[in-house]
Amino acid sequence: MLFYLKAFLIFFRIGAFTIGGGYAMIPIIEAEIVNKRGWITKEEFLDLVAIAQSAPGVFAVNISIFIGYKLRKFWGAFWLALGATLPSFLIILTIALFFQQFQDNEVVQRIFKGIRPGVVALIAAPTFNMAKSAKISRYNVWIPVASALAIWLLGVSPIYIIILCGVGGFVYGKYIQPKMKN
Amino acid sequence: MDLFLTLFYVFFVIGLFGFGGGYAMLSMIQGEVVIRHEWLTPAQFTDIVAISQMTPGPIGINSATYVGYTAALNAGMSPAMGVLGSCVATFAVVLPSFILMIAISRFFMAYSKHPVVEQVFRGLRPGVVGLLAAAALVLMNEQNFGVESSQILVSIVLFILTFIASYRFKVNPILLIILCGVAGFFIY
Repeated sequence: MLFYLKAFLIFFRIGAFTIGGGYAMIPIIEAEIVNKRGWITKEEFLDLVAIAQSAPGVFAVNISIFIGYKLRKFWGAFWLALGATLPSFLIILTIALFFQQFQDNEVVQRIFKGIRPGVVALIAAPTFNMAKSAKISRYNVWIPVASALAIWLLGVSPIYIIILCGVGGFVYGKYIQPKMKN
Repeated sequence: MDLFLTLFYVFFVIGLFGFGGGYAMLSMIQGEVVIRHEWLTPAQFTDIVAISQMTPGPIGINSATYVGYTAALNAGMSPAMGVLGSCVATFAVVLPSFILMIAISRFFMAYSKHPVVEQVFRGLRPGVVGLLAAAALVLMNEQNFGVESSQILVSIVLFILTFIASYRFKVNPILLIILCGVAGFFIY
């Protein structure tokens, strides 16, 4: 019982104070869970991070479920995930309750007129960093270009693009690449 | 009631296919929430991204919570129903993680290096880059950059400066959002 409360509070604190999304949480989780408490080893932690990153969904939630399940099965996963999720939920809900009243305010309008193009740039910039880490070359650059154009110009849902890319990767690796080697 | 079922379904699917982290999920959230169901306007969507950047927590959770509330309110429901909408959307986006992570812990830990998994990810990785590019392209519209040529010009300058500061000089995104807000306050 005490364990669940302790673990919940650790992840609640991590969720409440890491600005900038899931990846900012990695070093803090490592410091708390691996170095300070020794609940899991460093190697186990790195394995969990690698799998949580490649799995779909919110990374911070994935990693807390992983660690929770490893420590105390279902209820461990439940309390850690709740701890990681609850701070954002409460903060955003509070903002949503009040922002509706402020968004027609003239000063707020002016501020957000400046913020909006900046946010679009903040979404555009990681595209190029991710292109590097995804090893985009002249042989596969058509995949991101075609995906982006299909979504942007034809209005294709990104969900179909993801399914198609996953199936495409499988078919290529299983059937086309072996033939090309022969 | 229909709205809550649709919210649940949409965010469950986003959680299930949301490969590639927060920004790639944004592309899906935008596709479903702004374009398909029109729960938020493009400007409201950019606002929530800005708010997400400045507040703690993952962007996937933040946008689910915000969209759940706003969608119910836009449908003419009370704030109490808005809170229920938030709960439904947030629960739905987390649920696939719960099922998948526990399944992986129990059965597939050893398979993460399996050739089939690696083949699938070889296709997914470049696709996620495309998703990210699309999210930025779709947002370059009238609602975020303005209609009058003077505002469009200011927007393009702010866009280029923010892009260079973020990509080339790795300036903290929160600082950049604050600076853009200050610029907007004084220019407009």
